[in-house]
Amino acid sequence: MHPLARFLIRRILLAVLMAWGITLVTFVLTNLVPGDPVAANLGQRALGDPAIVAQWRAEHGLDKPLWQQYLIHLQGLVQGDLGMSQQSHRPVGQDLAEFVPATLELAGAAILVSLVLGVGFGVVAALRRDRLSDHALRVLSLIGISVPTFWLALLAFYVFFYRLQLTPGSGRVDVALGLAPPVTGLQTVDALLAGRWDIFASAAGHLVTPALVLALYTIGLLTRFTRSAVLEVLGQDYVRAARAKGLPGRTILFRYVLRSALVPIITVAGLAFGSLLSGTVLVEAIFAWPGVGQYAYKSATTLDLPAVMGVGLVVGIVYLVINLIVDVLYGVIDPRVRLQ
Amino acid sequence: MRRRDPLARKGLLRRLPQAWRQPLAVVGGVLVVAWIVVALAAPVLAPHDPLAQELPRLAAPGPGHWFGTDQLGRDILSRVMYGARVSIPLTLLLVALSVLIGGLLGACAGYFGRWVDETIMRVADLVFAFPTVILAMVVAAALGASLTNAVLAVLVVAWPAYARVTRGLVLGVREREFVLSGRLLGFSVWRSLRVDVLPNVTGPVLVLATLDIGTALLLLSGLSFLGLGAKPPSPEWGAMVASGVEVFDSWWVATFPGLAILTVVLAFNFLGDTLRDALDPRTARAIKERAL
Repeated sequence: MHPLARFLIRRILLAVLMAWGITLVTFVLTNLVPGDPVAANLGQRALGDPAIVAQWRAEHGLDKPLWQQYLIHLQGLVQGDLGMSQQSHRPVGQDLAEFVPATLELAGAAILVSLVLGVGFGVVAALRRDRLSDHALRVLSLIGISVPTFWLALLAFYVFFYRLQLTPGSGRVDVALGLAPPVTGLQTVDALLAGRWDIFASAAGHLVTPALVLALYTIGLLTRFTRSAVLEVLGQDYVRAARAKGLPGRTILFRYVLRSALVPIITVAGLAFGSLLSGTVLVEAIFAWPGVGQYAYKSATTLDLPAVMGVGLVVGIVYLVINLIVDVLYGVIDPRVRLQ
Repeated sequence: MRRRDPLARKGLLRRLPQAWRQPLAVVGGVLVVAWIVVALAAPVLAPHDPLAQELPRLAAPGPGHWFGTDQLGRDILSRVMYGARVSIPLTLLLVALSVLIGGLLGACAGYFGRWVDETIMRVADLVFAFPTVILAMVVAAALGASLTNAVLAVLVVAWPAYARVTRGLVLGVREREFVLSGRLLGFSVWRSLRVDVLPNVTGPVLVLATLDIGTALLLLSGLSFLGLGAKPPSPEWGAMVASGVEVFDSWWVATFPGLAILTVVLAFNFLGDTLRDALDPRTARAIKERAL
């Protein structure tokens, strides 16, 4: 078998195993903890009536032993059934299908910005090591990883929307325009597919501030890592040899240095995507972005267990897929990984 | 008899004073000390009672209330000062507990190997498979909104980083001659771990902990911001920023507590970053790789 294919199959099997682990963790976490979903979902008066409580428990399968609940849950998952949300009274799968694309659009835009700026800044800092620009970038990137996201989001909303009126307010597009006909669920892409430039401009405008706020942390992180990764490669003999034989600086940077520095950078970028998904919970709240972060928050505070498990599962799997892509990219960039 | 890896010990001692000559470390150190003084002396320094609703509501910053007042007529400067007594000790306790729990589990995993290692590290992997805020949010919500439960929730997501680092470091020294000779001399497992292994692990773990204090504070105040941590009227910084969302045209309500979080996190990141650079670059790199 082709080594890359064998590598891929092994990684995919491992990911499936991890996904099963995630279902177990979300289930155990949401069930063994002392919060009572009955108390969180029924009103005070209904709680006083044992008949109503028993009926509610039976309706949501909470009267069966825990292992049976898990088997039912797992059986449903295999059939693509994530259960009913106790809050929205809709299938969790349907809720997630609505909210996940919004978050992916936001997080995707943020990771793109972080990769371009973070890697760019990191390369500049490494090439100008110990000079003023290096020190300045170090301080800036440390500030980037120290700013509380929720506070920055609020500040950006206040300054750019409320005071300066430079950016559009909350939500994904102007209400007056309406949403583009859904194809991918990503507003910018759907608007382009429908040929609606007005919606595209509005959606892109709404995306800028939350994506930048969200990206700041990852920009800081990637700048630091790119700097050290590039510095390490710059010290290698083959770079010195390339320089000695008179190759132009640009060729050395792109062909020799960046290519091998990319492996650690991609690892961090994959992990950074996880922190972006975390950040969306805090940023979506401020910008009223109708994404999975807000949904997660609402279902966690009301102990809507099926919804919480659904979010945990989907987010965990998105994270797994990202890391799988990272693993595959390793194999593509670095032939040594494939052979192991 | 305490035996350390002589090289590691010498390197650490020689390089530490250099670290203090770095301007970033000095700024970080000064900021940390300043905040600790504020936390300790808040009752003396604060111009008002942090809970008293005695001032005009939503007054802009000015004489008598330099950071302005909130929607209940409380002095924000005093609340930010008292907030240091809530957030800083809890964050330090949180990181200390993660080091202890994660370090112990990681040391066991690295030292005993086999199924102990497999079990502990697979659980750690599973925790790593979730974005931290979402997992912490679920745990905090399930336990019930309170500051203690928020700390527990952050603990659940924070320990695996230490388990990984400690495991890696323990694996590195486990087969070294001085550990083996100790075992041959009849040291018990715990004595061997404590006397021979522990001193070689502490340095890098402490650097990771310094860098982690900022992350832990961000997470803890984030949970409070979401309403899953401190309850009103507690002057917790994250909760104060959240109360500023309701009156966001009065910018000072959210701005100052947010600045407090920023400066504390920044101070510890300045310190941690310098420490990491100062230590052996090889260990420093190892920490980065394992921590993430």
